[in-house]
Amino acid sequence: MRVPLVISTLVARAVGIVSRLSGKGGGTTLPGRVLNALDPGASARLARRLKQGSAVISATNGKTTSAAMTAAILASRFRLAGNPAGANLSSGVATALLHTRGADLGLFEVDEAALPRVAEALQPRALCLGNLFRDQLDRYGELELLAERWRGVVAGLAPDSTLIVNEDDPQLAQLARGREGVIRFGIEDARHGGPLPHAADARYCSACGVAYDYELAYVGHLGVYSCPGCGFSRSKPHIWAEAITIDGLTGSDFRLHLPDETLSVKLGLPGLYNVYNALAAAALSFALGANAEEIAGGLESTEAVFGRSERIEIGEKNLLLLLIKNPTGANEVVRTIVAGGTPKTLVIALNDRIADGQDVSWIWDVDFEPLLGGLERLIASGGRAAELALRFKYAGFPESQIEVVPAPAEALDRGLELTDAIGELVICPTYTAMLELQGVLAERGHADRYWQRAARAREESGLPRKPARKPK
Amino acid sequence: MTTRIRLCHLYPDQLNIYADRGNIAVLRSRAERRGYELELIGVGVGEALAPECDLIYLGGGQDREQALIAPDLAARADEISAALEQGAALLAVCGGYQLLGRGYRDRTGVEMPGAGVLPLETVAGEGRMIGDVSIECELDPGEMLTVVGFENHGGRTLLDPGAVPLGRVVHGFGNDGESGFEGCRLGKAIGTYLHGPLLPRNPWLADWLLGQALARSLGEPPELETLDDELEYQAHAVALGRARERGGKFR
Repeated sequence: MRVPLVISTLVARAVGIVSRLSGKGGGTTLPGRVLNALDPGASARLARRLKQGSAVISATNGKTTSAAMTAAILASRFRLAGNPAGANLSSGVATALLHTRGADLGLFEVDEAALPRVAEALQPRALCLGNLFRDQLDRYGELELLAERWRGVVAGLAPDSTLIVNEDDPQLAQLARGREGVIRFGIEDARHGGPLPHAADARYCSACGVAYDYELAYVGHLGVYSCPGCGFSRSKPHIWAEAITIDGLTGSDFRLHLPDETLSVKLGLPGLYNVYNALAAAALSFALGANAEEIAGGLESTEAVFGRSERIEIGEKNLLLLLIKNPTGANEVVRTIVAGGTPKTLVIALNDRIADGQDVSWIWDVDFEPLLGGLERLIASGGRAAELALRFKYAGFPESQIEVVPAPAEALDRGLELTDAIGELVICPTYTAMLELQGVLAERGHADRYWQRAARAREESGLPRKPARKPK
Repeated sequence: MTTRIRLCHLYPDQLNIYADRGNIAVLRSRAERRGYELELIGVGVGEALAPECDLIYLGGGQDREQALIAPDLAARADEISAALEQGAALLAVCGGYQLLGRGYRDRTGVEMPGAGVLPLETVAGEGRMIGDVSIECELDPGEMLTVVGFENHGGRTLLDPGAVPLGRVVHGFGNDGESGFEGCRLGKAIGTYLHGPLLPRNPWLADWLLGQALARSLGEPPELETLDDELEYQAHAVALGRARERGGKFR
C-alpha cells in the first residue's frame, strides 16, 4: 500500500522538527530520507507542484556558489525553493521539496553522482552542467563512469528543456553535441590561460580516445581544446567572459557577453573559478528568462556561501575560509591565495570522512608548491594532519616550519595566535573540517549555525518569510 | 663520484591517478638525503626503457588510460624481464600491478593482455574493493614489516600456485578479498594494490626499494643512513588505525 502523500510529508516534516530541536543537526537531509523511504515517488509528485518547474545545477566544483548566484539573480522574478545549505543528495533535495509552500520555481544544486536519480524525479526545465573533475575516487569511481551517467541524464531530458553546459570542459561539450536547446558558456581571455596542469583529467577525447591538443587551459582541464583524432573541438560559446581582472583574494571584474548585449560585472568572490561559477549562473538564469540587469545585479550582490571564500570577523582579526576538496579546486585555491600575496601562516585541515573522501591521496596531486615561496608556517590539521604535513615535507618545505595540530579548534586558535593584530588568517579545510570549524565558530558566537544561515539564505532568495506571530 | 639511481617511470602521462608523483617524490628525497642522485626518466608509449635502469615504476590509471597503454606494455614483457634480470628493482601500483600480470579479464570475458612479467592474472569481480588496508610483509628474511595504504579495485588478482604475495592482509581486502594475500613479490619486483600514496607513510618500503635499486650497481644493498621519520610514523599510525576501524568493508 502506498502511503498517502499528505501523511508521508507530515511524518517527514515532523522528523525535521525533532532533529532540529534535539540539536543533532539542521534537519537538512533526514526528513528527505524518511520521505524517500516512505514513498520513493513523493519527490516527483512534490516537484510537480512547482508551477514554474525546476532548475538544476550540477558540477564537481562550484555548484553551491553557482546556485547562490543564480538564486540572487532570479530572486525578483521567481519565488524560489531550493537547498542552499548544500544538502545536495537525493535526501537533501527531497527535504527541500517539503518546504516549497509559496514557491513557484525549484532551484537545486545536485551532487554529481546523485544527478540521475534527482533529475528523473524533478524533470528539470533547465539543467546546468558546470564541470566534471576527478574528485573522490573512493566514492564515485572513475570520471568516465560519471560522464557516462550524465550522458544518460541528458538523453532523458524532455525535448523542450534547456541544457546549459560549460563549453570549456570537453566532456560536457561532447554531451551537448547534436542536441537542440543548448546554451554554451565559457571564458574567452587567453591572458588567464596556461599549460595543462598535472592534475588535469580529461586529457583524452571521449569520442575517439586520442589526446586533445590544448591551446590553453584556464582551470584544470577547462580550456581551449581540439581533438586531432576526430576533429571534435571547442565551439564559440553563447555566453562568455572576457577582459577579466582578478583582484587577489577580494574578487574580480570582467565583461560578460550575453547573446544580445554586453555588460560589466564586478564579482565579490575571488579567483578565476568564481568567474566560471558566475558564467554558469548567468547562463542558467538567462535560460530561465532573466534580463541583463538582473544578471549583473544578482552576480554582484552574491556573497560567499558556507566556507567558499567566506570571511568571518573574530574581534579585530579576520578569518578567510577557502574550502578545498579535490585537486583542481585546491589548485585554484592555491592560485588565488598566491595572487593575493601568500600569507606567512596558513592552516590546512584535512579530514578523511566519507564526505571528504576516505582516500587522501588527492593531496599529492595538488600543486601546493607555489605557496612555498612566501609561507613561513604551516599548521597541518584534521584527522589526516600528519599526511598533509608529509605532503609539504616532501615538497621541500622545512619540517621545522610545520606544526601538526589535528583538532581544527586548536589549529584555529594557534593560527589566530600567529596572525597580526588586525590581520587575516587563511584556513583551507576539507568539507567536514569546514563543518567542524563552522561549529566552533558558532559556539563561540562568531557566526550562526549553517542551517540558520541556510534558512536566511532561503528567505533572501525570495521564498516568503512565514508571517511573524502577532504578540497577544 | 655520487652513485646515481636511474628511475624509469613508465607511462607518466597515463598512469598517474593515485598520487604516483608522491611515491616518486619520496624516492627522490630519501635518495638525495643519503647522498645519492636520482635520475628520473619518463618512458611513454613506443619509447624504450633507459639502459642501466635501477628502478622501474608503474602507477595506476583510469580504465580509458589503462586501455591506451595496455598493448604497449604487453609488448614490453622481454624488455622488462631483461631489466629485472640485470638487477633492476620494480614497483607497480594498482593498474600497473594488474597489467604486469598475464592480463585482465572483464565481466564480459574480454581479455586485456598484460606483460606477463608477474605470475598472476586478474578477473573483474562484483563490487569494488575500496578502503584502508594494512598488511604484514617480510621483505628480508626474519624482518616483519607493516605496510598501510588504500585500495580501490574492481579486479580480483589471483596469484599462480607457488607465487609469493607481497604480504598477508591484516585489515582490508587485498588481492581478491579471500586468499588473505596482498600484492606479489618476484625477487626485487613488487606489485601491490596499496596506494595513498604508498611510500610516504611506509618509509621502510621506500628504503628497501632504494637499497635494491642501488644493489644493481653496488653489488648489494648499502647501509642507508637513518632519517628523521617522526611525521612518517605519525601518518603510518593514523592510516593503520583507519585500516583497523574501516578496512575491508563493502559499501
